[in-house]
Amino acid sequence: MRLDRELACQEVVELMTAYLDDVLDPLDRERFEEHLVFCDGCSNYLEQMRATIVLAGHVSLELPPALEERLLEAFRGWRGS
Amino acid sequence: MEQVLSPEDERLVDGLRAGDESAFVALMRMYGAGMLRVALMYVSSRAVAEEVVQEAWVGVLRGIGRFEGRSSLKTWLYRIVANTAKTRGLREARSVPFSALGDETGDEPAADADRFLGSGERFPGHWSVPPQSWAPEGQLLGQETLEMVAREIDRLPPAQRAVITMRDIQGFTSEEVCNSLDLSETNQRVLLHRARAKVRSALEEYMR
Repeated sequence: MRLDRELACQEVVELMTAYLDDVLDPLDRERFEEHLVFCDGCSNYLEQMRATIVLAGHVSLELPPALEERLLEAFRGWRGS
Repeated sequence: MEQVLSPEDERLVDGLRAGDESAFVALMRMYGAGMLRVALMYVSSRAVAEEVVQEAWVGVLRGIGRFEGRSSLKTWLYRIVANTAKTRGLREARSVPFSALGDETGDEPAADADRFLGSGERFPGHWSVPPQSWAPEGQLLGQETLEMVAREIDRLPPAQRAVITMRDIQGFTSEEVCNSLDLSETNQRVLLHRARAKVRSALEEYMR
């Protein structure tokens, strides 16, 4: 067991995106996961980051209609050339 | 490095080469709005960014005949818009030092910094106000919540907005974002992290 180097919540939060991308080295990942076991605040934060990602995934992006029109014109011009 | 295009990319590339308008429209609707956000990383106004996107698409159409599929189609599209925008941004900036990231990966306070105990406290770096759990995801997915998330993303600084758009809205991998925007993995992650943290924080506010 390692007691010398426990992560503080703020460090855990800063590592969350790396954790979700699975790019933490094994030791850091272990410390990270150990921390979550006893820290509800950080567990909630991680769940909320996941929820944020899911929500962003449902956002739809639209081009401004005037730009879409201009792009179509450019396409038709190219095709006709 | 040889890479084989996905069947869908292949179909779109063939369609574009053949002058098929539906292939063009499909690509434009899939990636056009994201490309606009990439352009906004490098130029100062919406109007110029729109011109950049148009110029980039003209470049795409001119170049599609020579596209070899060494990268995915979307990475190629985004590289073209990024390069077009950089050139335009440099011309705009003239002698002013130019960095697409501005200070977005620099000394901004860490995510939610005000939520942690300070160094003078007994447990520095631990939560002062821990996050409470939210409603289950299913209940979060209402139209109003999505609109709020869209608005928050729209308000982010340009590089953070472009990266979260590509990763979380459009589903790029981190490698694809790094390749498209010539970002280091670290900078890509910092931008994504800050963007997500701000949106999370706005959602937390909204849930209260």
